[in-house]
Amino acid sequence: MIHVGLTHFLVISIVLFALGLYAVITRKNAVMVLMGIELILNSANINFIAFSKFGNFGLQGQLIALFVIILAAAEAAVALAIVLNIYKTVANINVDEIDSLKD
Amino acid sequence: MTESALINIAVAILFLPLLGFAVTLLLGKKVKKIYLFEVFILFLGLAGAIAIAYTKLTSLSDAELVSEFTWINLGNTPLLGEIKINLGIMIDNIAALMMVVVMLISFLVHLFSIEYMRGDPRYNRYFAYLGLFTFSMSGIVLTHNILMMYIFWELVGVSSYLLIGFWFEKKSAADAGKKAFIVNRIGDVGMFLGILMLFTTYHTFTFDEIFAQISQGVLPFNSGFWMSVTGILIFCGAIGKSAQFPLHVWLPDAMEGPTPVSALIHAATMVAAGVYLVVRVFGIMTADALVFIATIGALSALIPATIALTQNDIKKVLAYSTISQLGYMIMSLGVGAFQFAFFHLITHAFFKAGLFLGSGSVIHAMHHEQDIRQMGGLRKKMPITYYTFLLFSLAISGIPLTSGFLSKDGILAGSFAFGTLTGNQFFAIVGFFVALLTAFYMFRMVIITFHGEPRNKEKYEHAHESKAVMTVPLIILAVLSIFIWYTPNPFNPDQGWILSKGINTHEQYIPEETRYDFLVPGEAAVVEGEETGSVMYSESYEEAMHSVHVPTMILSLLMAGLGILLAFVFYQWKKVNVDRLAEKYKPLYNFSLNKWYFDELYDKTAVSGTIGLSRFLGKFDSKVIDGIVNGSASVTKGFSTFIGKFDNIVVDGFVNFAAYLSGFVGLIFRRFQTGKVQTYLVFVLLSVVILLFIFNSF
Amino acid sequence: MHSVPYLSLITFLPILGMIIVLALPKSQSKAIKYVTLLVTGIQVVIAALIMANYNYSLGGVFEESSFQFVEKFKWIYIDGFSWLGKIKIDYFVGIDGISAPLLLLTAIVTFIATISSWKIDKQLKGYFALFLLLDTGMMGVFVALDFFLFYIFWELMLLPMYFLIGIWGGPRREYAAIKFFLYTLLGSIFILLVMIGLYFSTQETLADGTRVFTFNMLSMMNVDNSVASGILSPLNPNNLRFIAYIALFAGFAIKIPMFPFHTWLPDAHVEAPTPISVILAGVLLKMGTYGILRISFPIFPEITEQLAWYIALFGMINIIYGALCAMAQRDFKKMIAYSSVSHMGYVLLGMASLNTMGISGAVLQMFNHGTITAMLFLIVGVLYDRTHTRDMDAFGGVAVKMPVYTGVVTVAFFAAIGLPSLSGFISEAFVFLGAFAVDLIRVLTIISTAGILLGAAYMLWALQRVYLGKLNEKWADLKDLDGREYAMFIPLILIIIFIGVYPSPMLNLMNSSVNTMVKFIADAQTIYNSFAGF
Repeated sequence: MIHVGLTHFLVISIVLFALGLYAVITRKNAVMVLMGIELILNSANINFIAFSKFGNFGLQGQLIALFVIILAAAEAAVALAIVLNIYKTVANINVDEIDSLKD
Repeated sequence: MTESALINIAVAILFLPLLGFAVTLLLGKKVKKIYLFEVFILFLGLAGAIAIAYTKLTSLSDAELVSEFTWINLGNTPLLGEIKINLGIMIDNIAALMMVVVMLISFLVHLFSIEYMRGDPRYNRYFAYLGLFTFSMSGIVLTHNILMMYIFWELVGVSSYLLIGFWFEKKSAADAGKKAFIVNRIGDVGMFLGILMLFTTYHTFTFDEIFAQISQGVLPFNSGFWMSVTGILIFCGAIGKSAQFPLHVWLPDAMEGPTPVSALIHAATMVAAGVYLVVRVFGIMTADALVFIATIGALSALIPATIALTQNDIKKVLAYSTISQLGYMIMSLGVGAFQFAFFHLITHAFFKAGLFLGSGSVIHAMHHEQDIRQMGGLRKKMPITYYTFLLFSLAISGIPLTSGFLSKDGILAGSFAFGTLTGNQFFAIVGFFVALLTAFYMFRMVIITFHGEPRNKEKYEHAHESKAVMTVPLIILAVLSIFIWYTPNPFNPDQGWILSKGINTHEQYIPEETRYDFLVPGEAAVVEGEETGSVMYSESYEEAMHSVHVPTMILSLLMAGLGILLAFVFYQWKKVNVDRLAEKYKPLYNFSLNKWYFDELYDKTAVSGTIGLSRFLGKFDSKVIDGIVNGSASVTKGFSTFIGKFDNIVVDGFVNFAAYLSGFVGLIFRRFQTGKVQTYLVFVLLSVVILLFIFNSF
Repeated sequence: MHSVPYLSLITFLPILGMIIVLALPKSQSKAIKYVTLLVTGIQVVIAALIMANYNYSLGGVFEESSFQFVEKFKWIYIDGFSWLGKIKIDYFVGIDGISAPLLLLTAIVTFIATISSWKIDKQLKGYFALFLLLDTGMMGVFVALDFFLFYIFWELMLLPMYFLIGIWGGPRREYAAIKFFLYTLLGSIFILLVMIGLYFSTQETLADGTRVFTFNMLSMMNVDNSVASGILSPLNPNNLRFIAYIALFAGFAIKIPMFPFHTWLPDAHVEAPTPISVILAGVLLKMGTYGILRISFPIFPEITEQLAWYIALFGMINIIYGALCAMAQRDFKKMIAYSSVSHMGYVLLGMASLNTMGISGAVLQMFNHGTITAMLFLIVGVLYDRTHTRDMDAFGGVAVKMPVYTGVVTVAFFAAIGLPSLSGFISEAFVFLGAFAVDLIRVLTIISTAGILLGAAYMLWALQRVYLGKLNEKWADLKDLDGREYAMFIPLILIIIFIGVYPSPMLNLMNSSVNTMVKFIADAQTIYNSFAGF
């Protein structure tokens, strides 16, 4: 029986984080990027919970994870609204081409 | 007449010519005949002067009439004490006599000028100037203090300036006026310094007060030496005004003025003011000062006499003769023959004015020809002029029965006596020698002008005797050149009223014993001032005068006769070829003809020196002083330009460089700013990785 | 005390005139001129009234009670500077025998300059406005008794002068104006420094007993008021009074102008229009010597005594050097300018004598030089108006065409060379009489008398070159003086002759003040000697 320890959780978290990061960096579609961010947030959640379980922190980790989930929902809502607005303005949600930050 | 009446008349005749000046000058353009007003005023002046002199000499002979008022009163001042300047007039016998001389000659010159100046475009102005001159000259005569003397001294200088330069369109006339004024000013500066000395010492300008303090032993800087210096400084004024060596150069040039002016100002009155001045301040002259005065006088008698020998301009000859005669007077003062100096002043005034007016008559007849070589034979054409001229020439040569003999003889006797008393016969020798020269050059002129054949036929033909208004003054002056007016004895003037009553009385100054010791070292008794009153001479001096009287007379006659004889031999009978003689002694001849090169000398030294210095300073001022100012300005400007540049380049450059640098850096870093969120994220990631590595290594 | 504030009236009347002039439209050129003429004319009347009400026996100089027509108000009062205490500056004006003649002179010269300005046609509104402003500045300098007030008027005068030269001047006007301005400003800086130094060295006691620093000149003259710690206090053993004196003197010397600070003068004169030259020479130059008499002498009496010889030396240099430079000039106006340098030398020489005759002579010379030089510049102006050249060698024989004018010139020239019976003689003679009496400067005085001779030389030379000789055919149609020109010359000639013949009124006007000053300086010697550091 393999003992599921902290390391496993962290590995999953890293994998998730890496996948999320990859999505954020490589995807052109803004919605995809947002999904990548969700992955990153979730990897963080896993970390919180894992440390909470294996560390001596009580339930704080879980609490923060919940908080992050709520935040993620809010963030997604705002971000999608922004994406929609961008789409309305430039008729495009391809992040490669939205570089008005440059100016 | 009372004293106050005399004073009132004196004041009136002093200021009347000023009124004449103002009226004639201001109305000259509008009223053609206004000059008659001026002539009339002079007539009044003459009458007044005669009245004063008569009353003064007959009934008030011993009095000295003074009337003064406070001109400036500074009250009691902190450092200088009481400062109060009084002006006023004083009439003593000398002043009264002098006033008659001035007014008479001035009046005659006015008369003469009516005809002589006729047709001049500035006719009335000429008379106005004469009025100004008469006013100033009267001021000199009547003053009782040295400041007023100086004031009028300068005023005669101005009227002389205006009259010499009367025909100012001629450059030579304008030059001569300027020269006269400036040369006079040299003497005046000396006189002014003398006045400063007197005032600083005595705090007064009034003669009598100064004399009074001197007699109490108050001396400038408490030293006899400075007393001498003061006297010599005052005398400097006389050197200038009386055209004495070495300031005599202005007088011959002054002949550029109208001839009547030369008669009035540059022969009879103004130039005699120097003598008058010394007469006035005789009391402050120490022995040393007197020797100085006598030397200057002797040189001034001698040098111009040698120059007059060769001059061909009739007025120039007379001018040099004037200097020479004035030198006589000054010398006479220097040797202590005070009364004869003043006597000679009077007689000379008459016959020299006559000579000038006579020459004016000739010049007028010859249509302004002044060169005697163009004349000749005028005796027949102009008999009145000729005979009066001859009489004046005899007078100036010192021939008996003329006035000139009396006064000149006195001067020669005085210097002779001085010589026998002091052993210094220089002045006497010069005196006799000059007598010879005088007779010679005067008769040379008379002969060339009036005798012989006319040299310029054309001018001769037009010549004619002058009108009565010109000849009458000549006759009057000729009459006054005869001995009888001055003394009944034609060979000894001592008994005459002019010496016994006119001059030789009532001189108020009391010279100090010590100074007379200087005059005759070791022989205190020889010339000794008496305790009170006049310039009486000590017994020994009187004795000396007496003993030299006859020898002097014989010797002077001999000299004059010899001079006249030589003139006749040379020019009338032509026994000697004058031209060849001149050729033979060419250097000497040229030396005399060129007036001893005084003008050239002064031109080369003083005049060009001053002008050169002024040019140099002018350059110095604009180049160096102003150069420093402008230089400091341009240094400041340069410095500020530099600072400006520095500011522009370095300070501002630094600022700009910083901006440029940040711009450059920005240029590099802007490449990182793609505007793409993902790229930024990559950078973040990369940075994190790098940071991880860095932190790990610690 | 007089109820009528004469001095304020005479000082600020021109400001009123200036406002009227500015309010008038440009086209009303006649009205502008007449307003100016009226204002300056009233000033002459006021000056005459002042002279009529003047008490000849009062001394002034250092005593407030013996100044006349005094007006004293609080002007700038600031409390509350903890480190300075109170700031207290008074509007304090009054005259004594030293300023009274100069007040009169200013009124007369300004009036005549107004007449002479009649022909100005370029921007005449601005011209007359500045002219009147200048007038106020000049009057103010002569009446101010508070150093701060004095300084304000002193500076007030500079600016209009700068513009008057710089705008209405000749071809090199900018150069001349800048030179004048900077040079005199340099002088002002020295004066300012010394003024501040004196301020912090002098305190006076107020009614409530507190002690405050003061700019009151009269307080500065009294040793009792000095603060021991002040750098210019005689009580301070390490004081800088000597340096301050030299700085102050240099400040005033520039204005005189004293050799070697004189070179702005010829340039300024040559470029300035005639009326401005008249004012410059007639009034402005006097401010330098006036400042020395009013401020340097009584505030620093002990140093004045020490340096008297040097003052006389500079006077002598001015006399001789100015005369020689004048002789070298071909430009008529420049020659007159240098003659001013020479004549101001007499003022310095007279002041250095530190006795009554010398200082009387100096003050009188200021007045006389003001009138005579005004005339000389007007004379040049008359000729320049007609011929547009100032080169003396280009003339000759002008007397033939302009006899009356030449008569005027002769009077002015002879006055300038000190002919007795004209005013210049009296002052020069007094200067010499005063200076000769002082052992210390006698030799310098003797050398200075050469100025009499040189003066005659350059003046007569100029007279001959321009007026005498053959008429230069170029000027064959010159016209003699017109009515306006008579109006300028006749008053001046009358003044010159009057003072020359009867100087007593002028001398009496200044006599008690001069005596007071002489005594003050002589007495100060013992007072100052008693302090440490001496």
